[in-house]
Amino acid sequence: MEKKYWKGLDELNNEAEFVKQNQNEFAESIPKVLTQESLESNTHRRDFLKILGFGIGAATLASCEAPVRKTIPYLIKPEEVNPGEANWYASTFADGSEYSSILVKTRDGRPIKIEGNTLSSVTKGGTSARVQASVLSVYDSTRLKGPKAGKSDISWEDADQQISQKLADIAAKNGKIAILSASIISPSTQSVINDFISKYPGSKHISYDAVSVSGIRAANKESFDMEVIPSYLFNKAEVIVSLGADFLSTWISPVEFASQYAENRKLRNKNTMSKHIQFESTLSLSGSNADERYTHKPSELGSVLLNLYNKIASQTGGPSLQAPACRLSEAINKTAQELLAAKGKSLVICGSNDPSAQMIVNAINSLLGNYGNTINLDSPVYVNQGDDAALATLVEGMKKGEYSGLILYKCNPLYSYPNTNDFSEGLKKVGLKISFSEKWNESSDMMDYSCPDHNFLESWNDAEPKAGHYSLAQPVIAPLFNTRQAQESLLKWSGNTSDFQTYIQEYWKANFFSRQEKFATNEDFWVQSLQDGVFEMASAESKSYQSKGDVNVAAAKLSKMTSADLELVLYVKTGIGNGEHAGNPWLQELPDPISKVCWDNYASISPQTAEKLNLVQTQVINIESNGKTIKLPVFIQPGQANGTVAIALGYGRSIGKEGKIIGVNAYPMAGISNASLVFSGSAVKVTKTSDENYTLASTQTHHTMMGREPVRETTLAEFVKDPKAGNPLELITTANGKKRPEELDIWATASNPGFEKPNHKWGLGIDLNACIGCGACVVSCSAENNVPVVGKDEISRTREMHWIRIDRYYSSAAAETDRIGLESPTADPDKLEVVFQPVMCQHCNHAPCETVCPVAATMHSSEGLNQMAYNRCIGTRYCANNCPYKVRRFNWFKYSDNNMFDYQMNDDLGKMVLNPDVVVRSRGVMEKCSMCVQRIQAGKLKSKIAGRRPVDGEIQTACAQSCPTHAITFGDFNDTASAVGSDLKAPRSYYLLYELNTQPSVFYQTKVRNKAKEAKSEA
Amino acid sequence: MQESKLRETLVLGDKSYHDITEDICRPIEGKPNKYWWIAFAISFCMFLWWAVCLSYTIGTGLGVWGLNRTVGWAWDITNFVWWIGIGHAGTLISAVLLLFRQKWRMAINRSAEAMTIFAVLCAATYIIAHMGRPWLAYWALPLPNQFGSLWVNFNSALVWDVFAISTYFSVSLAFWYTGLIPDFAVIRDRAKTRGRKIAYTILSFGWIGTAKNWQRFEEMALVLAGISTPLVLSVHTIVSFDFATSLVPGWHTTIFPPYFVAGAIFSGFAMVQTLLLITRKVLTLENYITVYHVDMMNRIILITGSIVGVAYITEFFMAWYSGVKYEQYAFLNRMAGPYWWAYWSMMTCNVITPQLFWFKKLRESLVATFIISIFVNIGMWFERFVIIVTSLHRDYLPSSWTMFSPTWVEVGLFVGSIGLFFTCFLLFARFFPVIALSELKTILKTSGSQSKKGTTDHE
Repeated sequence: MEKKYWKGLDELNNEAEFVKQNQNEFAESIPKVLTQESLESNTHRRDFLKILGFGIGAATLASCEAPVRKTIPYLIKPEEVNPGEANWYASTFADGSEYSSILVKTRDGRPIKIEGNTLSSVTKGGTSARVQASVLSVYDSTRLKGPKAGKSDISWEDADQQISQKLADIAAKNGKIAILSASIISPSTQSVINDFISKYPGSKHISYDAVSVSGIRAANKESFDMEVIPSYLFNKAEVIVSLGADFLSTWISPVEFASQYAENRKLRNKNTMSKHIQFESTLSLSGSNADERYTHKPSELGSVLLNLYNKIASQTGGPSLQAPACRLSEAINKTAQELLAAKGKSLVICGSNDPSAQMIVNAINSLLGNYGNTINLDSPVYVNQGDDAALATLVEGMKKGEYSGLILYKCNPLYSYPNTNDFSEGLKKVGLKISFSEKWNESSDMMDYSCPDHNFLESWNDAEPKAGHYSLAQPVIAPLFNTRQAQESLLKWSGNTSDFQTYIQEYWKANFFSRQEKFATNEDFWVQSLQDGVFEMASAESKSYQSKGDVNVAAAKLSKMTSADLELVLYVKTGIGNGEHAGNPWLQELPDPISKVCWDNYASISPQTAEKLNLVQTQVINIESNGKTIKLPVFIQPGQANGTVAIALGYGRSIGKEGKIIGVNAYPMAGISNASLVFSGSAVKVTKTSDENYTLASTQTHHTMMGREPVRETTLAEFVKDPKAGNPLELITTANGKKRPEELDIWATASNPGFEKPNHKWGLGIDLNACIGCGACVVSCSAENNVPVVGKDEISRTREMHWIRIDRYYSSAAAETDRIGLESPTADPDKLEVVFQPVMCQHCNHAPCETVCPVAATMHSSEGLNQMAYNRCIGTRYCANNCPYKVRRFNWFKYSDNNMFDYQMNDDLGKMVLNPDVVVRSRGVMEKCSMCVQRIQAGKLKSKIAGRRPVDGEIQTACAQSCPTHAITFGDFNDTASAVGSDLKAPRSYYLLYELNTQPSVFYQTKVRNKAKEAKSEA
Repeated sequence: MQESKLRETLVLGDKSYHDITEDICRPIEGKPNKYWWIAFAISFCMFLWWAVCLSYTIGTGLGVWGLNRTVGWAWDITNFVWWIGIGHAGTLISAVLLLFRQKWRMAINRSAEAMTIFAVLCAATYIIAHMGRPWLAYWALPLPNQFGSLWVNFNSALVWDVFAISTYFSVSLAFWYTGLIPDFAVIRDRAKTRGRKIAYTILSFGWIGTAKNWQRFEEMALVLAGISTPLVLSVHTIVSFDFATSLVPGWHTTIFPPYFVAGAIFSGFAMVQTLLLITRKVLTLENYITVYHVDMMNRIILITGSIVGVAYITEFFMAWYSGVKYEQYAFLNRMAGPYWWAYWSMMTCNVITPQLFWFKKLRESLVATFIISIFVNIGMWFERFVIIVTSLHRDYLPSSWTMFSPTWVEVGLFVGSIGLFFTCFLLFARFFPVIALSELKTILKTSGSQSKKGTTDHE
C-alpha cells in the first residue's frame, strides 16, 4: 500500500475548518478586478500591484504594432497555381548572340529561377552566367513602362495609328524600310519579318551582331559556296587548336561547345582526353583551360596561321603559301605534328572576324579532313548571323537618304556600332525611326517611337539555333508593364490582326507538324513540344567538303598585316558579353573568370609591357586608337601577349534607377575594314594622366598557390602511368610514424566513431578537369539562394557575398622555398598556367566553425550538412575566422530595403525574383552555402510521397544543375550506387586541406593537363 | 653598533597619520586644479566621440568598420585583449602582492584596481560592439529561455570568455569596493556639507571602525584576494583560448596561455606606471608613490617583458620545428609580409625597450620610465594586432588572402575608449581616495624610524 505523508497534524485530523480552508487552490483569494464587489471594497496593496502590473503589461503589448504585410488571396485560384509549389515551364533564351533551352521555375505566378533543359541536344541542360542572370532582367524597374513617341508617353492605339499612317505614306512613295536586328533564330519571327517586308516592298532585314563573326560566313561562302556557320563538334576532336576563339565563354555557342569539350576532357573510367592548344593575345577563359598556350600580338595572327598551314600542307600535299617568318615556329611545328597525327579527328578554329584568316582556317581543316568529322557544314548554326557587309551598305544607304524608315529590334547601334557618328548622321536622314528596345537605351534618344517589346519571359517565341533543332518559348508571367511583343507590333503594322501565339502555332502546324511522325494530331504535337521546350529532327548527315577558293589572295592579305609596338585587342567578357545585359546586377557582380574584377572594364596589359611603359596597377591612362581616345585604369594581366592592350566591350552602360554608368564603352575603338568589323590589331598609343589611381573591385587579390596545393594537378602521361599522380596522400608525422589525419582524431575513437548519418550523407564532387571556370554556378547560386548584390564599393573591401566562388590560380616559376618569389605569377606569358577551383562551404563533418560558435548557431545535421540558423546568430564572426576555406559570408549591412544597396532587393519589383524557400538574411548574421538544403528537402518530400528513396541525380544543387560541363556532381554518399560515391573512390579524388581533418563533404578531382612534359612545379 | 638593517621606508616626508589623511583627502575635498579640468575636458570629448562611433556602428552595421570576409576581427578584438591585459596589473598588485605581503603595494593598489575596473569596462564594450547583432548579446549567457531548447555552446572559447570576463569584473569590483569602505568612512566623517555626508554615508555602508569591523574587513580582503589570485592567471588564459583553440595558423599554439598572462601583466604594469607617474604629479602624492615603487614595478616589467620576448622566439622555433607549412608561412609572413611594420614595432617596443631596465639609473628615472611605459603600451597593442590581423589575413587558401585597413570609425572607437577610460579614472581621482589611506597607515613607521633617523644607511 502506498505510504501517506501528512503536511501537518491539521491534515491528519482533517477537521472541518481545515477542509474549508483548503478547498480552494490558492490560500488567498484571487483578486477580483472590476467586479462590483472589488470596486466597492478596499483594494489590497498586492492586488493593486498585480492590477497595475497587468495594466501596464497589457497597455504596452497593445501599443506594440506588428508590421502589417498584406497578402491578397486569389478570388478564383488558377488551377495550376498552388501557393508554395513551384511550376516549371520549358522555354528558350535567345538574345541573338546566345541560345539556351531552359526550364523556368515559377512560384505563385512569377519566374524565380532558370535552369537548363536536359531534353535539348544542343545545350544538354547547360546554361551560362548570362542565361542564369536573365531572370532578373524581367524585374528591372528601368524597363520602359509603355510606348513612347520621342520622349513622351503615348498609348498603343495612338502609336499604332501614327506609325501605320507613316508606314503607309512610305509605302505610297515606294520608300525603303530597314529592319535592323540582332541575329534572329526564330523561324516564326523571321516569317513575321518576311510578311512585313512583303507588305512594304523594298524593305530589307539586316542582321547585326555587335560582336560579329561574319568573317566565318564570308569565308565559308568563298570556300564552300555556303554562307553559313557550321556546327563544330568538339566532342569528336582529339586535338583542338583555337586561334583566339574563346569558344568556352563567348564564341558562337559556348554552352554547347563547353559541354562537348568537357565530354572529351573528363577522365571518368577512361584515360584518354583531347588536347587543346590555344594561340591568343589575351588570356581568355578557353586559353586558360588549354593544355598548351602561346601568345602573339594580333598582327602576328597571319604569320601563325600561314606557317601552320604550310606545315600541314607540306605533309598533306596542299599547295604551299607565301608566309612571313614567325616567332612561334617551334610551337607551330609541334601543333602541326599534333594535328597531323589526329587527321580527321582534329579541329582548328579562329576567333578573328577577318574573312582571309577564316579562309586559311578552312583550308587547314580541309587538308586535315575535318569537314564531315568535326565540322558539319550541313547542319549550320543560326546564332550570330550578323552580316557586316550588309550593315555597312545600310549605313551608306542611310547617309545617302535611301531609307525612309528604320526599325531597331534587339540591337543598339548607337552604342555598339564603332562609328556612331556615321550611324547617327545616316539616322537623321531616315524619316521614321522605331525601336523595340525593352529599355531606354543609347539609340532610343534618336527614335521617333519606342514600342517596347516584352521581356522574353513574357513572350511567345520559337528558335532554331541549329538546323533541325527547334525550341519554343512561352510566357511565364503576365506582362508587367504596358509593353507589346515586337512580333505583334510588326504583325499589326503589316495588317495582320492575329496574335503572335496563334501565329507561331499556325507556323508550327504548317511547317513542322508534317515533318514528324510521332504525333497524330497537331494538338498533341504542339502540347508535347511546348512541354518539352524542344522539337528536334535528326541532324543532316555530315558530308565531307574540300575548300575551294583562292587562298593565295587571303594569304597575301594576311602576310601584309601591319604590326605596331602596342596593339589593341577588344574582347568580350564571360559575364557582360556584348553589353546587352550590362544592366543586370548579378552579371556585374560576377567576377570576371580570369581577372576576378567586377563592376568595371580596364586596360589589360602584360606585366612586362607595363614595366616597359612604366605603368602601375590601377593607374589611369589615356588609350588612343583608330582616332578615338578613352580613359581607363591599367590592369596588369599575367598571360597576356606582350605589346598588347586589351579592353572589354560591353561596358559604359547604365545600371539601376540612378543610371550609374559602369566602365567605359570601348566599341568606338573598333575599326571597320573592308566592311568588316575589326576588333583587334590597330595600333594603340598610351599616355599617362594625372588622375588619381582608380579602384578596381576584385574578389581575389592573391593569385598564386604559394607552394600549397589546393588545386592538385598532373599531366596525362603521368596520370596514365599512375592514376594517383599528383595526388599523394597527405600524412602527418607523429612519434609513432606517419598517420592519416583521421587517426589522430581527439573526438572519434574506434568505440565512438562520431556522429552517425544513418539516412543520407549528402555531398558534392567537383571534377577540376571538367570545370572551365565560367561562373554560371555563381549566378545560379545567387538566384537560388537570394544572395545579395553588394556593389563595387563593398567588393573592393573584399566583402562579396557569393556562396560559391571560383578560385583562379596562376602558376609561379619560383622555387617552392622562395616564399616571396612565389607571390608572383610566371612572367613568360607562354608558360603561365591557370587553374580554376569552385569553392563553396565544404560541409565539414568535423567543422571548425561549429565548435567555436558561442550560441550554437551553426551546427551539423544528421545528413552531413553544416547548417546555419540565421535567427540564432549574434554575429561574432568567430566561425568565419576559423573556417580554413573562408567560405562564410557576413552581412556587414542590411542588404535589403537599403538605399546604400540599390539593387534588386531594394525595390518591390526586384524582390519578386527572390526565392520564397530561402530566407533573406538580416544584417549582422553569418551566411554561407547550405548545399541548397531547400532543394534537398523538396526532393526528399517528392520521393517520400512516391514512397521510395531519392534516386541519384534526382536532387541537384543550383550549382550542379547550371554547370554546362557537369563538373559538379551532387549526391548521397550513403547511396552505394551514387555517382559521388563511386567518384570519391577514384584515385583522382581528394579533400581540400585534408591534413586538417575537417572531413569535408565536398571533394575534388585532380586537374590533368594533356601535355608531354612533366607537370610544372606549380605554386 | 650592530643592528639589523631597517626596511625601506615606504612613505617619505615624515608624515604623521593626520598628514596622510589630509594629503589623500585633499583632492576630494578641495576644488580640482586646472590640470584636472583640462584632462577631464579632453577625456570627456573623446568619450563623447566614442559614443558617436558606437552609435553609428550599431545603427548602421559593422560594415562601417574595415573588416572583410577574410579578416573578421581586427581592431575590435585587438582593443579588447589590450584592455583586458591592462587590467591584470591591478589584480596582481592587490591580490597576489597582498598574499605575498608586499607592503609597498599599498600606495598603488587602489588606483591600480580602479584601472582594472575601467579597463575591463572598456574591454567589455568591444565584446558587445564587435557583434553583428549586439542587442542579442545576452544569448551568449546560459539563461533559461523560451526560445526552445536553446543553450550556449560550451565548446566555444567565446562562452568561456564571457564567464571569465564577467567573473573577473565582478570579483575585481567587489575587492576594490571592499577596500574603499573604511576610506569612504573617513571622508564621511570629515564631510562638511550635507550632500557629501549623505553620499559618503551610503558609500561607506555604515562603517564605524570597530575592531569587529576591521577583523571582518581583513578576512574579507584575504578571501577576495584568494579568489582574485587565480583570476590573474585564468582570465588571460581563457582570452588566449579564443585564439589557441582555433585552427588558424599563428593562433593555434599551446604556448598562448602563459605567454598571454605574462603579456597582460607586462602591459598592465606599463599602464600603471603611465597613470601613476601622472597622478602623483597632478595630485602631489610624491611622498606616497615613490621612486621605490617605480623601481619595483619596473622590475616586474623587465621580467614579464623578457618572458614575452622568449615566447615570441619560441613561437618561431615551434613553427620551424613543427614542419607545418602553413604555420611556417604565417610566421614568415609576420616578419616579412605586408604587415612587417607592425611586427617590428611590436618587437622593438616589447622586447628591446624593457631590457633598458637592467640599468638601475633608468629604472629609477621617472622620465625614462614614463617613456618606456608608453612604448610598452604601444608594443602590446601591436602584439595583439599582429596576432589577430597578420594571422587571419593570410591563412590556408591563398585565394582568400587580403589586407585589412581600419576606417575612421574603428580608430574613433579606440581613441574614444581611451577617453572612456580616462573619464572614469579622473572621476575616480576626484571623488574616491586614490590611495588606500587606512591601509597605508598600517605601514607608516613612526617611532622607530624617527628615532633611527640619521643613523640608518638609506640607499
